[in-house]
Amino acid sequence: MSTLTARPAPTSDDSDVVAVETVTFARVLTSEWIKMRSLRSTTLTLLTGFALMVALGWLFGWATNVNWSNLRPEEQASFSQIESTLDGFNLAQLAIGVLGVLLVTGEYATGMIRATFGAVPQRLPVLWAKAVLYAGVTFVLMLAAGLVAFLGAQELLGTHGTSLSADGALRAIVGVAGYLALIGVFSVALGFIIRSTAGGIATLFALLLVLPISGLLLPASWREHTLPYLPSNAGATMFHARTASDALSATTSLLVLLGWVAAALAGAALVLKRRDA
Amino acid sequence: MIEAKNLRKKYGDKTAVDDLTFTVQPGIITGFLGPNGAGKSTTMRMILGLDAPTGGMVTVGGRPYRKHARPLQVVGALLEARAVHTSRSAYNHLLALAATHGIAKQRVADVIEMVGLQDVARKRAGGFSLGMGQRLGIASALLADPETLILDEPVNGLDPEGIRWIRDLLKGLAADGHTVFVSSHLMSEMALTADHVIVVGRGRLMADMPMSELIAQASTNAVVVHSPQAAELAAAFVGADITVASPEPNTLEITGLSAAQIGDRARDLNISLHGLAPKKAPLEEAFMEMTRDEVEFHAHTPTGHHLRSAS
Repeated sequence: MSTLTARPAPTSDDSDVVAVETVTFARVLTSEWIKMRSLRSTTLTLLTGFALMVALGWLFGWATNVNWSNLRPEEQASFSQIESTLDGFNLAQLAIGVLGVLLVTGEYATGMIRATFGAVPQRLPVLWAKAVLYAGVTFVLMLAAGLVAFLGAQELLGTHGTSLSADGALRAIVGVAGYLALIGVFSVALGFIIRSTAGGIATLFALLLVLPISGLLLPASWREHTLPYLPSNAGATMFHARTASDALSATTSLLVLLGWVAAALAGAALVLKRRDA
Repeated sequence: MIEAKNLRKKYGDKTAVDDLTFTVQPGIITGFLGPNGAGKSTTMRMILGLDAPTGGMVTVGGRPYRKHARPLQVVGALLEARAVHTSRSAYNHLLALAATHGIAKQRVADVIEMVGLQDVARKRAGGFSLGMGQRLGIASALLADPETLILDEPVNGLDPEGIRWIRDLLKGLAADGHTVFVSSHLMSEMALTADHVIVVGRGRLMADMPMSELIAQASTNAVVVHSPQAAELAAAFVGADITVASPEPNTLEITGLSAAQIGDRARDLNISLHGLAPKKAPLEEAFMEMTRDEVEFHAHTPTGHHLRSAS
């Protein structure tokens, strides 16, 4: 390598020459892992996501059980032991999304990004490493949270509960974890595109929370062609055991969600190559 | 070795760097001098590939920085703005950077000790003083023992001890054959550190020469004389090659004569002298003169008109 041959021999002893390897994806991934685990706020936010997932699942299970006799018959009929106990994902996704944005915008805000790109001037490996790492971490964590939420909530539901072997139960738990992991990747990409913490989080909340609600004001014929394609709605139908008649199929939902993530990653890759850091 | 060829950078219609061509040689300290806003930081960011040039190119070790397989071994950089996550400890910051190049933990511990941060390495970098922050930046720059070091205003805000430490460090690195490129807006600092100097003003190259040459160029051969009989003395010096100025009462600035000649002449005329010394090389002034028209923001002193209308 020219970097080695071009080095002038140091006048000090050559024995303590620093061993330096080439930058590889695996090494960038290790670096990102060190960065992620060395910020207390990261750990706290991830634990918050876990706690929200579990606490809301248990709360719904317990509250439904003690109120069961007050529910109207149609409410009892439409009650899903699986979906309601995993409903904590609605809040967990905000924690996951905010942290995903912060993992990137925190580096821009503090100037850390210059050190990061100084070490990895190709830049794109940083995007891929952050995305892969965060997807992995959120998937594992939210899979565990989903299991704990589900199993605990079924206990709290008592006679109205079901079990892990119920039709669609495992699929829903894995699906929720998968959805949250994809939201995580999406928010990382969003962070690279928007760069500012406030802007990134605002955009994320607009997509996940505001649009699905304000979109309800659209004429019905427009609604059915737009709303199901929003990431949170597509995500919801992706893992639901039962789906409403106007919803997309599970496969289509997954594809729609993957489309959002792919578009965000492509946008992030493009601006990373084009913009000054 | 850093080579810039016709390097240009425009932000919108504002030109930050305008057709810079220069070479930074190994084995010496090269100062990069210019007033604030002259394009020094932008140039350094382009060397590191953080900003893309609008035109021209810059290489380190023969190729663009991002084309190197081990970038940190090619250039270690301390940029003016901090490049550390405030909530992370210095140790973990260095560990994360080291991981990208498979650098051992022992080396991280070594550079921490080298810059004297061992007592605070596990604390949040956000709580660091300016001097500690600079030391951490230097530790990051030295991590992979790079061939080239780029430092943007490294002594800014440091105490005298810290300034001296950086000066000695840079001299040692240059003596070891490293390429050292260090920016400053202070000529006095450069005069003490740099062997070679590249001067920029408003993004344009003003000078590229050995420091000794710049000092020689900047020096005048004026002699400053203090005397209670300054007017009498001034009258005694008349000649085609002699100029006498009186910047303040009882003080003369004489060019065209040596201090010895002036002293002897004063003795002959029985004029008492309270001071007689060659005028100090006004490096800072030479630098300001060189870049006067290139400073981005002039501080306007009130004109006579303003003063009159105020009174």
